[in-house]
Amino acid sequence: MTHRGDRTLQAKGLARVEGEGSMYVRVSDGLVEEVRLDIYEPPRFFEAFLAGRSYTEPPDITARICGICPVAYQTSACQAIEDACGVRLDGALADLRRLLYCGEWIGSHALHIYMLHAPDFLGYPGVVEMARDHREIVERGLALRRAGNAIMEQLGGRSVHPVNVRVGGFYRVPAASELAPLAALLRDALEGALDTVQWVSEFDFPDFTCDHELLSLQQPGSYPIERGALVSTGGLAFGAADFEQHVIEEQVPHSTALHARLAGHDGPYLTGPLARYTLNSQWLTPLATEAARGAGLGSQCRNPFRSIVVRAVEVVCAIEEALAIMDAYQPPDQPFVPLAARAGRGYGVSEAPRGILYHRYDLDADGIVRAARIVPPTSQNQAAIQDDLRGFVQARIELDDEALTAQCEQAIRNYDPCISCATHFLHLAVDRA
Amino acid sequence: MVIIGVGNEFRRDDGIGPEVVARLRDQVPATVELLVSDGEPARLIEAWSGAKLAVVVDAVRADPAVPGRLHRLVLDGAGVPAPHQVSSHGLSLGDAVGLAQALGRLPDRLIVHAVEAADLGTGPGLSPAVAAAAGPLAAAVLADVTVTG
Repeated sequence: MTHRGDRTLQAKGLARVEGEGSMYVRVSDGLVEEVRLDIYEPPRFFEAFLAGRSYTEPPDITARICGICPVAYQTSACQAIEDACGVRLDGALADLRRLLYCGEWIGSHALHIYMLHAPDFLGYPGVVEMARDHREIVERGLALRRAGNAIMEQLGGRSVHPVNVRVGGFYRVPAASELAPLAALLRDALEGALDTVQWVSEFDFPDFTCDHELLSLQQPGSYPIERGALVSTGGLAFGAADFEQHVIEEQVPHSTALHARLAGHDGPYLTGPLARYTLNSQWLTPLATEAARGAGLGSQCRNPFRSIVVRAVEVVCAIEEALAIMDAYQPPDQPFVPLAARAGRGYGVSEAPRGILYHRYDLDADGIVRAARIVPPTSQNQAAIQDDLRGFVQARIELDDEALTAQCEQAIRNYDPCISCATHFLHLAVDRA
Repeated sequence: MVIIGVGNEFRRDDGIGPEVVARLRDQVPATVELLVSDGEPARLIEAWSGAKLAVVVDAVRADPAVPGRLHRLVLDGAGVPAPHQVSSHGLSLGDAVGLAQALGRLPDRLIVHAVEAADLGTGPGLSPAVAAAAGPLAAAVLADVTVTG
């Protein structure tokens, strides 16, 4: 028998998150003493084994870090190496890079919204049980995911770990005619995406606000996806080259993921959909803006439970962006910009579906990678997730262990954590003793 | 008809699915589609929807394991169990089958060949016991499509 005032909750092998981790909560005299997200996937040493490789290799090697957001890894890697070599893509090549990234956003967000997160709101243990009662809705989710995958297959050669991306652009670019069937598929998907916003906006959302500083890319005039400068709700504004001056990573004993904080700032910060939306909602595409308004979102969103609505709005935005790029597309003269190796340091940032992904490479004169640094979004968000859980658990301390554990797992899924990526990171434990 | 090798060739014995697909590359009639998949349910369902026959090859963990031991499960319209397993990507082959069934998108016949794994660690290459099973497994898959064809 558990005494409510002193208890421990443990969720081992958190379900419906990417990768493996667990959660531990210790409560003493009715007060939450400790909340820990434990990450026990082994560190993956990517940064170490990039050293000694050619400057052409990081996009393919780092894409292997994640099966859900390989394009994010490829893009940040390409941009960092291009930066080191003094090249910046523009025109159709830059547009194709954004188009490919739109495909990843659509696919990743559709997976998270429908397969991983919606069952929480509708009271199902998983998508299989949800599909028995909501067949057409789940089919709509699968169709959205298919649309995202189709972009990745067309531009990337395949949807998992695309093979057509190279430093400087692509191995092969599509003819305009090849994009026509894709555009038709995306036009069909747009209606499903708008219906998705409407659907998720009607879920019941716990009243919860996070006060963390929010950090996002920003590129005035367009919603941040594949590039931009970094800005925060606390007034920070810096370029990728200054990322390591502002973001400090620290080892914590219980996790193989590093925790990140902003230099000179107390408390954690948050990156991802809430940050992107709050800092950039004015640059959403027209239908996405309308859908956000219809869903009851203001110019900011600080309720992590509503992140599912923001993701749905971002799917609409990504589809509109993708359609605009395809409508205007004229193939570039060459599929890539040739890059001559040179000694230097380069920086790349992009907005993976779950937040900012930073890469830095040091190259020698032969183009050999001498040092690499990768900061994935989930390790940046881990401290904020823990902090939110502390307040969340405290407000629900009267729930029994089973109900509290279930709500905590849902709260963690708000952040779509990609534990596989964060590992350099679920079980839930609440210790009430 | 479609043959789907599920797995990751960089996770040792998890590469048995892709290996069997590679071995069958020149051996199956043009009417049989060969695919390699990471097992993500949306893609699996898409791959086998409307198929007369889908044959899936995947590695499994067993405890205690007899590495290389083969299991063949046939699902042909009768109710199928949809076991919940936590895979590294949150949803498993069991979930894919359960989801497809709930959506009415199972193939007419689904045959799953499961191979007990010895090593699912990082790196390429199959363990000797699983490598030795690849030939008989490819032959068994070929027999399935030949009978149906």
